[in-house]
Amino acid sequence: MVEEAKVLLLGSRFSMFGMRAKIALAEKGIKYEYMEEDLTNKSPLLQEMNPIHKKIPVLIHDGRPICESLIIVEYIDMVWHSNYPLLPSDSYHKAQARFWADFVDQKVYHASKRVWISEGDEQEVAKKDFLQSLKQLEWFLGDKPYFGGDTFGFVDVALIPFYCWFYTYETFGNFKVEEVCPKLISWAKRCMQKESVSETLADGNDVYEAVVDYKKKFISN
Amino acid sequence: MADIKLHGFWYSPFTVKVKLTLELKGIPYENIEEDRLNMSAQVFQYNPVYKRVPVLVHDGKPICESTIIVEYIDQIWPYYPLLPTDSYERALARFWVKYADDMPVPAIGSLAQSSNDEEQEKAIEKIWEHLRVIEDQRFNNNVKKFFGGDTINIVEIAFGPLVRFIKVLEEALEVKVLGDEKFPHLQSWYNNFKDVPVIKENLPDQNKMVAVIKFYREKLLGSS
Repeated sequence: MVEEAKVLLLGSRFSMFGMRAKIALAEKGIKYEYMEEDLTNKSPLLQEMNPIHKKIPVLIHDGRPICESLIIVEYIDMVWHSNYPLLPSDSYHKAQARFWADFVDQKVYHASKRVWISEGDEQEVAKKDFLQSLKQLEWFLGDKPYFGGDTFGFVDVALIPFYCWFYTYETFGNFKVEEVCPKLISWAKRCMQKESVSETLADGNDVYEAVVDYKKKFISN
Repeated sequence: MADIKLHGFWYSPFTVKVKLTLELKGIPYENIEEDRLNMSAQVFQYNPVYKRVPVLVHDGKPICESTIIVEYIDQIWPYYPLLPTDSYERALARFWVKYADDMPVPAIGSLAQSSNDEEQEKAIEKIWEHLRVIEDQRFNNNVKKFFGGDTINIVEIAFGPLVRFIKVLEEALEVKVLGDEKFPHLQSWYNNFKDVPVIKENLPDQNKMVAVIKFYREKLLGSS
């Protein structure tokens, strides 16, 4: 059976995109091998499996690579469809889930990066954009326990890895997400009660230290 | 019978993607032409997040973002399937659709809005970079007529309108981007694509597109 073929995940410890794949695999109870990539010295395997972007995560299933984190999660959901579906079966709700997962990539990610990279006025704009994007997600969440409704789903997988980066954004940007988006923080804490999430997300302080180190090495004047 | 409305701009490659999908599947719909300079309140109501078209409204429920709309249509109307059934092939098709959305699109946008030679050259070089990847990585060793084999699929839908838009920009801005020698496989694929009867009937007219691009550039840049 194709599901039983070997599964290998190339990832990186603090990458929220890699965490998405890990959470999806854990939710489905899939056994896999993990390989940590040093992004400053990419392995020949990564370069061979993702020649176009040379980025992680890459899922290698039965020797064939699947790239791009949300595409990987959809692939996992399709191949192991009987265990704990992540996407709704209803087409309209599926489209909504895809829309909001894509929103995390288009809006949340880019603004969040600018929060810790930029300074001064640029950083203020980034903060505003970042918090605005979280508020929009909070609006979509509404009173549901998860973005997936009663159960943890596709958008939850897409967004929750960013939670371990919140401390970094908050420290660099001098703000608290909870003051602006309390419902979202409640949602995040609810997700953290799931083993697939708590075992996957990096420690917030470790992320912060790594980012400080990265900035010193590659960004600071 | 389902009530389907499409809000879009006839000349936008994103709207064209959705139209081609509906036409290929023979799905009747009402086309609502929006004015870029004066969009209807409905668009803002249906797409409060991005406030842009295309928006598909199916029995009163809006679906936004062209790639998501195309997949939605494909799921509801399985006639003329656009996604491969095999999970791996599907993931690969989605990879190229995402590549089309993320890579050439911003560069094409920059070219469309470029106000001087330097900006134009920079945008064209960026487009070349991405077309080179498509030419070498996607078409290399690929002897099939289309991404979907003998029939077009979701990857055609993603790239076709973009290539068409590049050709329109070439004429409107009097620049060279594609060339038979530069990207021969891409060119040959595109020639096959635009000759598919449903595509031929529904790709917007080149001359009209050139005229509208020139019009908007004048509005945007204050010069022709």
